[in-house]
Amino acid sequence: MPSLSTKVGLWTRHRMLRRLVGRVAGVVGVLFAVSTLTFLAAHLMPGDPALTILGGAGSHPTRVELLAIDRQYGFDKSLVVQYVTFTGHLLLGNLGTSYILKERVSTIIAQQMGPTFVLTIVSLVLSWVLAVGGTLLTARRNRYTSAFGSGAEIFVAGLPQYWLGIILMVVFAFRLRWFPVEGGTGVAGLVLPALTLAIPLAGFIGQVTRDEFSSVMEQPFVLSARTRGMGDTGVRVRHALRHSILPGITLSGWALGSLFSTAVIVEAVFARQGLGQVLVNAVSQRDIPVVIGVTLLVAVVYVVANLLVDLVYLVADPRLRSAG
Amino acid sequence: MSQDNKNRPLLEIEDLRVRFGDPVTGREVVAGISLSVAAGECLGIVGESGSGKSVTARTLVGLTGRHAHVSAKRLTFNGENLLGLSDRKWRDIRGREIGFVLQDALVSLDQLRPVGREVAEPLRLHGWGNRALREERVIDLLGQVGVPEPAMRARQRPYELSGGLRQRALIASAIALDPKLVIADEPTTALDVTVQAQVLDLLEVLKQRGDALILISHDLAVVSRLADRVAVMKDGIVVEQGPTSKVLRDPRHDYTRSLLAAVPSSHPRGTRLLLRDPTTPRTKIARPAQTALPHGERILTVEHLTKRYRGPDGITRTVVDDVSLHLDAGETLGIVGESGSGKTTTARMILALTQPDEGRILLRGEEWSSLPERDRRSRRPLVSVIYQDPLSSFDPRWSVGQVVDDALSREHYASADSRRRRVRELLGEVGLGIEHLDRRPLQLSGGQRQRVAIARALAPEPAVVVCDEPVAALDVSIQAQVLDLLCDLQDQLGVSYLFISHDLGVIQHISDRVAVMKDGRVVEQGEASAVFASPRHDYTRRLLSSLPTPSFERVEVQTTSVERELAVGSLRR
Repeated sequence: MPSLSTKVGLWTRHRMLRRLVGRVAGVVGVLFAVSTLTFLAAHLMPGDPALTILGGAGSHPTRVELLAIDRQYGFDKSLVVQYVTFTGHLLLGNLGTSYILKERVSTIIAQQMGPTFVLTIVSLVLSWVLAVGGTLLTARRNRYTSAFGSGAEIFVAGLPQYWLGIILMVVFAFRLRWFPVEGGTGVAGLVLPALTLAIPLAGFIGQVTRDEFSSVMEQPFVLSARTRGMGDTGVRVRHALRHSILPGITLSGWALGSLFSTAVIVEAVFARQGLGQVLVNAVSQRDIPVVIGVTLLVAVVYVVANLLVDLVYLVADPRLRSAG
Repeated sequence: MSQDNKNRPLLEIEDLRVRFGDPVTGREVVAGISLSVAAGECLGIVGESGSGKSVTARTLVGLTGRHAHVSAKRLTFNGENLLGLSDRKWRDIRGREIGFVLQDALVSLDQLRPVGREVAEPLRLHGWGNRALREERVIDLLGQVGVPEPAMRARQRPYELSGGLRQRALIASAIALDPKLVIADEPTTALDVTVQAQVLDLLEVLKQRGDALILISHDLAVVSRLADRVAVMKDGIVVEQGPTSKVLRDPRHDYTRSLLAAVPSSHPRGTRLLLRDPTTPRTKIARPAQTALPHGERILTVEHLTKRYRGPDGITRTVVDDVSLHLDAGETLGIVGESGSGKTTTARMILALTQPDEGRILLRGEEWSSLPERDRRSRRPLVSVIYQDPLSSFDPRWSVGQVVDDALSREHYASADSRRRRVRELLGEVGLGIEHLDRRPLQLSGGQRQRVAIARALAPEPAVVVCDEPVAALDVSIQAQVLDLLCDLQDQLGVSYLFISHDLGVIQHISDRVAVMKDGRVVEQGEASAVFASPRHDYTRRLLSSLPTPSFERVEVQTTSVERELAVGSLRR
């Protein structure tokens, strides 16, 4: 019956479209809110932006010079006018110019974004590998193995990244000299920073994965599979694994955004190039356009990550495809 | 002991014991049972929850559980000793030699995988053919078990199939490698009665083609349809064993007798299900209420009730379609129908939890469904409800006393003292004592919980109690207790019941009048005795013929004979 199937197809597409429009509207709303809040927060920061532009308090500029800057940048206007100008520029895709580096913010971000993205993605993948591996190897084994597995997850989930980073550096870079101490552009330079971010996150993801895994292994369909002659490893990998990663996927949306922002710490510890360094410098030097730019980017990453999570969920859980 | 191996039964069990926990002091769940099954034979194992029947079944495929200790004088299958088999050897037997069918395919099949892959799994695990051959075989198997459009169904996932099709797919996966023995553990328990009949037919076909079958059920009627021999289990032992007709006609053990007596369909309205003393004859309880108010006050009038819902696919479905009912004081109206027939939606509208789209409901002759909630609230105590699963309708942190107290009217029972007295009185009425007052719902048995739910429903002194599948989750003997209790309370209090059930036997036992629902409509309505004796509507007839009753002679013909021939033909080797 072709007429029926086209009707259903149209309906499905229509619904997908509505969902998509809804999501995009949500994204725009979130970004608008973030830009407004960072704008306000930036203006609550103590200090005179004109002074910053002229090189900070040490440069002793004259009143005339300061006033000229105020006029040029519009600092003499009311906050409302400044906000409207700022939002207008933002809508045109103009993030402004750094007070310190005198370069366009978009250029600065574009230059530094790459390494941070690579670090974030590699860390997320690594944490999943660790979490799933740990679950498959230790969940629902004998009492001691299981207790070791869940204990280890709680322990690593609580590790502070800056401390973990330093320990990894001392052990693997200074003592064993397996990896470069700092910087390092290639794969070798990525290992320690990525591990620093991935290990605590693996603890978090591992906990939810293990919980789900344990309850799935009690489900009747697992017994069904075993009555067909499937062994323990088969049941773990072919049946329980897919079910048990579902809650962790939800967590990953949050984790991706979080990794992106905590990359700051790791980039500082390992003196890696990246947005983290840019943000730290910008905040300490009150380089407001850069602060706002990076904050907006983090917001975008959060939003996109959650969109991705929804898509991955559709792939991983076919039940959602038929449900509304 | 020099018996000829060929005359040996396929499966022999002698003095099987299963203990959980400590090998010496642990709980003995199976306490020395002996059974045997020959090729082409069907053994039924009957028992209530906790009788050890499922543990026995799982032991036969070496999946008793982690902390189980299994011992037996003899446990052989096809001449091979099953005791102390290695894991690898067990895996060889499972699926290839012994097929296993579990209850409720929705959870017994992996929801995330297409049904076809689940059916192909035993083939793949035992190295049968290559991928393409297996795909062909899956479609062939699904066709054999009566799944229409098998190629398309194979690509669907369990939640996309109806309960009956899912169960068929599960059976297909169990018989994929033509095992010599099929064990079916409550294979029809989650199914509607007409679907249950179809699945039982399918199992019958398996038996006819020479497979040995172990059918495990809490339901004597289901077992009696298929089993050549029956073993009745209680507390881990087989209390009675023998040919089905003999056990059912002439039960030797008291427990078997009480099980048979507790089946509600065999006993008409007004007789007790429970035999307090199995030797005394069944007593008819006096029903003063019935004679006092033959057609008392009209409590509830339902006129042309209609409810529509828009599904996720955008199509509007009429869930309840022009339903008219009435209920008099002291009367029980049974609503029977299969899942999706609109029973529960009707009940929700009568409880004024859902607004009807069309039609109206009158309570004691006054407007009910059309009132704004503010005006309705003061009269809500007139209608109360008992659910299928009381546990989820209780706050788990509340004690039994609190649960019942909460339902009492604050006007009539203003002082704490009068409330305390009333709570005790109500608990007494439902057969619970003061010792239960401080228990939490989780500390009660299923039957006790349902008693608390009844006490709570009666606390506001209602005119009508809506009972939505109140005994569906209970073992048959507990079910009998609860049904007896409901009848007694009606006699004492003159309360009316709107009794919803998918179980024709229960409905027949408890109802004065019956309404049969199908696809949102009432297809037949009338005096219970008349509807059951001479059903007018086709659907009612079909429901009645699907109903397995504990039969002394085995009854044939459940589906049409043509369907049956087709099924048998396709499965025969």
